[in-house]
Amino acid sequence: MSKKVLVLGETREGSLRNVSFETIAAAKKISGGGEVVSVLIGDSVGEFGAELVNYGADRVITVEHPHLKSYTSDGFGQAMMAVIEQEQPGALVFGHTAVGKDLSPKIASKLQTGLISDVTDIEGEGEDAVYIRPIFSGKAFEKVKNKGGVDFITIRPNNIAPLEREERSGDVSSLSVDITNLRTIIKNVVRKSAEGVDLSEAKVIVAGGRGVKSESGFEPLQELADLLGGAVGASRGACDAEYCDYSLQIGQTGKVVTPDLYIAAGISGAIQHMAGMSNSKVIVAINKDPEANIFKVADYGIVGDLFEVIPMLTEEFKKVMK
Amino acid sequence: MNIYVLVKRTFDTEEKLVISGGKIQEDGAEFIINPYDEYAIEEGIKVRDEHGGEVTVITMGGEDAEKQLRTALAMGADKAVLINTEDDVEEMDQFTSAYILAEYLKDKEADLILAGNVAIDGGSGQVGPRVADLLNINYVTTITSLQIEGEKVTIIRDIEGDAEELETSLPLLVTAQQGLNEPRYPSLPGIMKAKKKPLEELELDDLDIDEDEVEAKTETIEIFLPPAKAAGRILEGDISNQVSELVGLLKNEAKVI
Repeated sequence: MSKKVLVLGETREGSLRNVSFETIAAAKKISGGGEVVSVLIGDSVGEFGAELVNYGADRVITVEHPHLKSYTSDGFGQAMMAVIEQEQPGALVFGHTAVGKDLSPKIASKLQTGLISDVTDIEGEGEDAVYIRPIFSGKAFEKVKNKGGVDFITIRPNNIAPLEREERSGDVSSLSVDITNLRTIIKNVVRKSAEGVDLSEAKVIVAGGRGVKSESGFEPLQELADLLGGAVGASRGACDAEYCDYSLQIGQTGKVVTPDLYIAAGISGAIQHMAGMSNSKVIVAINKDPEANIFKVADYGIVGDLFEVIPMLTEEFKKVMK
Repeated sequence: MNIYVLVKRTFDTEEKLVISGGKIQEDGAEFIINPYDEYAIEEGIKVRDEHGGEVTVITMGGEDAEKQLRTALAMGADKAVLINTEDDVEEMDQFTSAYILAEYLKDKEADLILAGNVAIDGGSGQVGPRVADLLNINYVTTITSLQIEGEKVTIIRDIEGDAEELETSLPLLVTAQQGLNEPRYPSLPGIMKAKKKPLEELELDDLDIDEDEVEAKTETIEIFLPPAKAAGRILEGDISNQVSELVGLLKNEAKVI
């Protein structure tokens, strides 16, 4: 049996986040041929509707209101519930992002449904869909299914491939919702994460540990990351030593990432760090200590000084990428 | 101020996982307070010390969880509650947990409820916001700073690395992110005092909850370990050869660039 699936689209700094397209691809599997409707919430998001259609949404609903300029669980909750009431979906897919993580439990609670969070893969289609998610920070996985009612999942960014972009046609409509009684007032957002590539969505991550030795030690890593269109990350050791901001931390506490390529430089590979990156598709380790734990999860390893290896690597990549 | 902290007993982060009979083996494993819940306990104690009142820590599970509650009492919490679900609930999910906690909390007139933003075992991060929704109070997740003046609450929260400053009011549920504080270690006098602090044990009957009401909405059908990774390749030769070999491998074998 087919079902209608509502997915949440997300924007960040004036453009659509990739995870918006990934939710559409996930929804296609769950829908069993049913309609996939993407929902965009904000103060001015209408312009993005057509692009969601190009990535496979059959229809787009926008909810626009001045009170929806910044995310609040009250504001976005009211908007989402109004769309759900109108559309009566059989399933919901959000990204496992700051917004998705905060909003999804509220919606699940209001609908009195289960919620399967942080899904990295979907097996089967339609009614038979089963969801795979990491537990114990990726040390194990579980297969979970919904026992009845609305299927509701959040998907981890960068794990479910979006559909090919094509010029497609589909209806983009707006729903007017009265947003009232916001209990949270957003005052300010201080950007601490690096410009450009979002760590959790990056295809390439160059991460540094204690071996980076100083704040300026991150510069060659940043240069390599910039060349590869990636982002810089760090181990807890590097953050604790104040070589970089905690917003870069990857691990059991910190971010869990699954890029295509993870380059670990001067990271020994504490179990807590590995929990945050061991599911990366390809791992490269660079460390002076041949006994370092990180080599156990690495696909390729170079035993050497990162300050020698990383700049050479940057030069070598420049040659082959010409 | 009437402060409650939601606490979960979890596997020690250093534990190696062994799966047998479709379940994670718990025999002989070390258990700890979920690390994010430690931040919540610490913050609860700090808020009480500044504004007065009482901190009650709550957990759900079996008798074994008493140990983690005693640790929280030794840190400085005033009272503890164990909702013992061992005999009544076979399969729990986040719906189940939130429902039971909210039933306990609904007549407690809590001013502030704190929890970890995620448990390192299940990793869903749902229970806090679900409890707030059931109690019809506001919630703010992944907080790194909390200031309370009268009813007014000023918070900084982590949103994927960026810091968001916001204002809200009590009653409120917050979930703790790393960076909120440095949780204290229980002191020896704290440990001695904790033995005499009240620890109440309740069952679903005491909360007038019927087992059917809390039946899980989702079902785990399998637990498995990630496929073992084949040993990686440590490159050899002089560094410049290793570097060009690596780039070649990434391009032609791994095909990631």
